[in-house]
Amino acid sequence: MDNLVAIFVRSIFVENLALAFFLGMCTFLAVSKQIKTAIGLGAAVIVVETVTVPVNNLIYTYLLRDGALAWAGLGHLDFSYLGLITYIGVIAAMVQILEMFLKRYVPALYHTMGIFLPLLTVNCAILGASLFTVQREYTFAESAAFGLGVGVGWALALVMLAGLREKLKYSDVPDGLQGLGINFVTAGLMSLAFLAMAGIQF
Amino acid sequence: MSKARDALLNPIVNENPITLQVLGICSALAITNSLRSALVMSLALTSVLAFSNMAISLIRRHLPDSVRIIVQMTVITTGVIVVDQILKSYAPDTARTLSVFIGLIVTNCIVLGRAEAFATKHGVGMSFLDGIGNGLGYSVVLIVVAIIRELLGTGGLIGQPILPLAEEGGWFQPNLMFLLPPSAFFIIGFLIWGVRSWKTAQVETPDYRPLTRAETGAD
Repeated sequence: MDNLVAIFVRSIFVENLALAFFLGMCTFLAVSKQIKTAIGLGAAVIVVETVTVPVNNLIYTYLLRDGALAWAGLGHLDFSYLGLITYIGVIAAMVQILEMFLKRYVPALYHTMGIFLPLLTVNCAILGASLFTVQREYTFAESAAFGLGVGVGWALALVMLAGLREKLKYSDVPDGLQGLGINFVTAGLMSLAFLAMAGIQF
Repeated sequence: MSKARDALLNPIVNENPITLQVLGICSALAITNSLRSALVMSLALTSVLAFSNMAISLIRRHLPDSVRIIVQMTVITTGVIVVDQILKSYAPDTARTLSVFIGLIVTNCIVLGRAEAFATKHGVGMSFLDGIGNGLGYSVVLIVVAIIRELLGTGGLIGQPILPLAEEGGWFQPNLMFLLPPSAFFIIGFLIWGVRSWKTAQVETPDYRPLTRAETGAD
């Protein structure tokens, strides 16, 4: 249990996908203009991560890994090279389901998120989390904790950057640094702060 | 002929995928702490980009609009799997350092972005050149950032010592900060500043600008 809590906390703060591994940067910089949209997108990312990471972990363990098909008497097969295409398929399907669900039950949120919802498919934070669980050989329970943790961490970073940018709008930024440049520098400062938590032991 | 040259050369500075189009930043930041991985990554991305652009351009007239994203993703993923398998068998050490980032070329917005914006509307040859051009634009930024980070972070490039280190009697004290993630944000931020001060057409207009003294009428 301690182990799961440690993975959860570490994936939020120390190994924050946005600020330590730079995953999902395109969306991170594009959708952080307003806190309200940022919260909506953050929630969507948490849901998608929490579902896709454990599902991809199950698929890898029972279908793709070297010898994974032993339960079907096909232990000599190794499908791990099909990993990428399977994970992206699972993610695309999940995003599609989420989109249909929101459209039917929470239309207001659906309209605020607009184009960004389908773009979650090509958000590298989501594919990246699945690839990390494979690389670090997490068990099913660990991958569930990791999925939830990275989702929360990414959403937290996004909402924080959105808050900073809402204030930054009123600052007098030099011409060339305006927009993208200053966002990078702000994200760098946030990344420094998150890095400081690396020393915490669990 | 000049159109072909534009497709190839424009993305390098004028329409750079990273500093202007804001595409594919994840990997640009993540693997630039050593020049070797930046070079391998540039090569991998450029080849995937050029060939997926070419393949998508070939099938553009037969591709129904409603399923085009799925087909494009499949083409791109296949390209990435090929590159990943080649790297794993011929350069296993580099493949291990790059870890998940080769796989993440699938979700690199440059690849899908160029497929969607260029390859679906242009011929095969032009799409190939556009792929190479955007790949080069990405590579230039990656290599510049990697050189700054590795040189100042370790005092050498690709493992070869260049600046004499303080601990071996030289004058250079390596700054480990440059190997850590935040420095990549700062370097790209300032790189964008530099490029936009040179090419002023790329400057973004702010949503809000404080009035100057003259404009307020106060004297």
